[in-house]
Amino acid sequence: MEGNYYPLLKWILLPPLAGFIANGLGGKKFLGEKAGGIIGSAAIFVSLVFAALSFSDLLNLPADHRLLRDTFYTWISAGSFFVDAAFRFDPLSAVMALIITGVSLLIHIYSTGYMKGDAGCNRYFAYLNLFVFFMLVLVLADNPLVMFVGWEGVGLCSYLLIGFWYEDPEKASAGKKAFITNRVGDAGFLLGLMLLFSLLAAAGAPAMDFASLEKNAPLLASATALGMAAPTLICLLLFFGATGKSAQFPLHVWLPDAMAGPTPVSALIHAATMVTAGVYMLARLHFLYELAPKALEVVLLTGCFTAFFAAVIALLQKDIKKVLAYSTVSQLGYMFMAAGAGAFSASVFHLATHAFFKALLFLGAGSVIHGMRGEQDMFKMGGLRNYMPHTFLLMAAGWLAISGVPGLSGFYSKDLILEKVFEHGGRWVWAAGVLTAGLTAFYTTRLVILTFLRQPRTSSSHAHESPLSMTLPMAALAVLALGGGFLLKDSLLVFLEPAAGVGAGINPHATLLMAVSTGAGLSGIAAAFLLTLPGPAAFLKLTLAPAHALAFNKFYVDEIYGLLAVRPLKFISGKLLFKLLDAGLIDGVMVNGTAQAFYKAASSLRRIQNGRLDHYALIFTLGVAVMLYWII
Amino acid sequence: MELLTNPLSLIVLLPGLAGLMLLAVPEHRTKAVRKLALAATLLTLLAALKLYAEFDAAGSMQFQFSLPWLPAYGINYTLGVDGISLLLIMLTALLMPAAVLASFSSIKEGQRAYYICLLFLESAMLGVFAALDLFVFYLFWEGMLIPMYFLIGIWGGPRRVYAALKFFIYTMAGSVLMLVAILWVAAAHHAQAGTWTFSMPALYGGALTAGAQFWLFAAFAFAFAVKVPLFPFHTWLPDAHVEAPTAGSVLLAGVLLKMGIYGYMRLAVPLFPAAAAVFAPWLAALGAFGVIYASLVAWSQKDLKKMVAYSSVAHLGLVMLGIMSFEPAAVSGAVLQLANHGLSTGALFLLVGILYERRHSRMIDDYGGLAKVMPYFSAVLLIVTLSSIGLPGLNGFVGEALILFGSFRVYPWLAGAALAGVVLSAVYMLGMYQQTIFGPLRHEENRLLSDLNAKEWTYLVPLLCLMLLIGLWPAPVLKMVAGPVNNYIALAQPQSTAHALELK
Repeated sequence: MEGNYYPLLKWILLPPLAGFIANGLGGKKFLGEKAGGIIGSAAIFVSLVFAALSFSDLLNLPADHRLLRDTFYTWISAGSFFVDAAFRFDPLSAVMALIITGVSLLIHIYSTGYMKGDAGCNRYFAYLNLFVFFMLVLVLADNPLVMFVGWEGVGLCSYLLIGFWYEDPEKASAGKKAFITNRVGDAGFLLGLMLLFSLLAAAGAPAMDFASLEKNAPLLASATALGMAAPTLICLLLFFGATGKSAQFPLHVWLPDAMAGPTPVSALIHAATMVTAGVYMLARLHFLYELAPKALEVVLLTGCFTAFFAAVIALLQKDIKKVLAYSTVSQLGYMFMAAGAGAFSASVFHLATHAFFKALLFLGAGSVIHGMRGEQDMFKMGGLRNYMPHTFLLMAAGWLAISGVPGLSGFYSKDLILEKVFEHGGRWVWAAGVLTAGLTAFYTTRLVILTFLRQPRTSSSHAHESPLSMTLPMAALAVLALGGGFLLKDSLLVFLEPAAGVGAGINPHATLLMAVSTGAGLSGIAAAFLLTLPGPAAFLKLTLAPAHALAFNKFYVDEIYGLLAVRPLKFISGKLLFKLLDAGLIDGVMVNGTAQAFYKAASSLRRIQNGRLDHYALIFTLGVAVMLYWII
Repeated sequence: MELLTNPLSLIVLLPGLAGLMLLAVPEHRTKAVRKLALAATLLTLLAALKLYAEFDAAGSMQFQFSLPWLPAYGINYTLGVDGISLLLIMLTALLMPAAVLASFSSIKEGQRAYYICLLFLESAMLGVFAALDLFVFYLFWEGMLIPMYFLIGIWGGPRRVYAALKFFIYTMAGSVLMLVAILWVAAAHHAQAGTWTFSMPALYGGALTAGAQFWLFAAFAFAFAVKVPLFPFHTWLPDAHVEAPTAGSVLLAGVLLKMGIYGYMRLAVPLFPAAAAVFAPWLAALGAFGVIYASLVAWSQKDLKKMVAYSSVAHLGLVMLGIMSFEPAAVSGAVLQLANHGLSTGALFLLVGILYERRHSRMIDDYGGLAKVMPYFSAVLLIVTLSSIGLPGLNGFVGEALILFGSFRVYPWLAGAALAGVVLSAVYMLGMYQQTIFGPLRHEENRLLSDLNAKEWTYLVPLLCLMLLIGLWPAPVLKMVAGPVNNYIALAQPQSTAHALELK
């Protein structure tokens, strides 16, 4: 084990925390809006510098010994359960830390322009810094429990930032929905960890750090739980946690609502970083999943279904951010497809490229919304390329990258995933993936057409271009979205290999597969240009009305949950348990009923003591008679 | 005079003596009354801190002190603390100044009597945690009841008489059974050994028949279950909380609810281990069921105090699951969770009290949009809410995680079910937070609410700091309770020592 004390790790973690404290305590009164933004961004910059320094130290180590650790202290220790507050920096953590700090820095800078003039500016940067801190805790953690600290912490920040404009009750409840949906997933995560711990502890190996887990995981191979192999159950439970955080079906419902938050937040938390935590977790625990091929099948199918399902919903959304939200759900599905096929490095590769182009698209959308003074309905836009030329060009880079145009970042990572899925043997899954690639190209192209191209509809004419503080970070992301895939395609996979395990070998059909998926992307783009013309659009809407309604209403998943889960629980909570059982039966009948019974009994007995001597004499005589009878 | 020189005895007596001194202060000099009461509780806190500083975490019973009282029956005034009781003594000593401070502006009538009640209550509470003699324990136990009865019945809300009587009768019913059981145990020991004693350690694991143990345990278990409160013996709690003044609620939730669990750990289980082994799965099941049940019921509450009361039932259900699993991690977590619950629920009641003082309403519907007018209050309430729902990094998580991970090894199904309740806690707590703090300001009356004042900050900040400290660095507490936890498990000697996982 290399370097049990690596001093730089804490300097990656601490600056965002310090930034949070400064902005949280200093606030508007002492810091003011401008200083708040500068401090917030500077904190992330320092963190990025230390992440880069640690990265170069890591590169200097031999390839199969790349691990830097720092144990702060023993966090929890009781009985056989002990967990250190410990952090690790290995290739997987390094990639994540660099993506997080890099993208965060750009989005912080962008935010200084976007949030200008908002009364809660300091609060905003405080939350955003705190988010980055927890996200770094999540990816640098050396054991699942510390990871869980980050895991729930980012959920908290997401809650706070979605409901940032808390005076709007709808936004506040979107935040609550996100937190609670995540918590449902987190329960699965914790349950998986509990099962893992109890089995390992029973086998005499209760250590919970990742290195020990990897070493001891084979002990679980023969164990069974609930009639299935223990690793399968553990992995399924952990994956349930991942579906919550990474918005996979059936827990995807919170992410579209999360768009209520400020747009840079959507770019950072709900596209580039937090929602990828589930993918990261699978890659981190790949050694467990490799023991559980059945669980991987579930991951593969869930990812595939979610990718397709969300892409279909994205086809018809009117709100520019909703399109991107469903697109994110869909792209995360791709990452899980890769993980399900055992290609964890490919999933992390797509995680990286997606972070670039999706953050870019969101920031572009933010720029549009900013320019349109808060308008998010694409049907009220159009022709914006004339008014916001920079935003248009930058967003076009993101559009082409996600559509899988050859040479751009989305092309490489998506192609690799589809190739791995094909190799894995999932022909149908592969076909669905290719179809989804076509749909992806379609809805993104539709977004660009409706927003930027053709004739202005309604209020587009007073749109204005965004300031440099917003367009420059977008430009940086655009460079990454265009060239990142090409740059990373080999080096990243080689770098990750020892940590995440990459399937080796060249596929003989690689070129053919690539041609098919590229063809799907390009035809998606062409179809979008054709079908968004007024004639075909109206025709389609008319002929496919029921399907249109179904997809437009997101397949009514929210409504189904309301009907099947929320309302029955509410009924059980209020009417059944509280009114009937608690207040009625237990308190009413049992407690107060007993009291009443005593009271009644006492008041009837009281009647005997009425003070009339003749009655007393009668009872006395009766008593004596009974006693005499008894004795004789 | 050893009564006053032994540090432990001093702590127990100090508040009560101060209460007596208050009698000498003229009733109309309310300012002096308040100052003296605050000084007394602060002194007690200082003494408790000193006790902690001198405490040896590796040792067993410490600061022991014994004074013969009724030698003919072997009754001695014996005190002593181990890590568990010291933790609870610290918690009591910490919450008392907060309770006194919170009463300064809310209690206007009969102030002298009020503070005397509070101080007598503190002595009794500390006595319960320090007593090592069954008879003395019982006296302190009953002694708590009287000041609490007055606190609710005189200074409470509109239905205070009903609530106070319900509290009193409910608890009395339990403690009468306990008294019978205590006398029975002592008599049984006398019959066997020929000498009278009420000393707890001497009576532990006594050679009672299984049948006798069963009934005696049942008597103790009922008395303590009422106090915990364990489902279905919990319905006195919401009423008592709703009607009690803020300080009463804080102490009720923060300290009195701990006594049920403490009673199981100190008396019921070690006195009757064979019966405990029989009862344990049922009590654990009631605890786990209570987590889900009370969380669901809490969700439907419209009254802030009632909601917090039901959340207490849920939290202590989880603690019950922890101590009945006889697994070191789970029991340590349960003991830690006692302190955590005292901090977070104590703070919640203080915060509700702050709102009530300004607006004279506990109804969630009467608030909304407070973030705008009371930003600091909103931030503090958020931290306390997160502590209560067990967000990692704050204190609640450490306790909950230990209980869940530990008890899962013994009762996987129950721990799994209790986990569902942990999810539900986010539903009702965040729901409450959102409705009171977020959204538009719905009521004109709320526009002028003032944010936290210096006095309120004074008693909130220490609680917040401890929440964060225990969340990040629980080691001092866990170390302190490790020894007593192992003793408890050893005394319990459950038949299920082999932690065979039933899932296998």
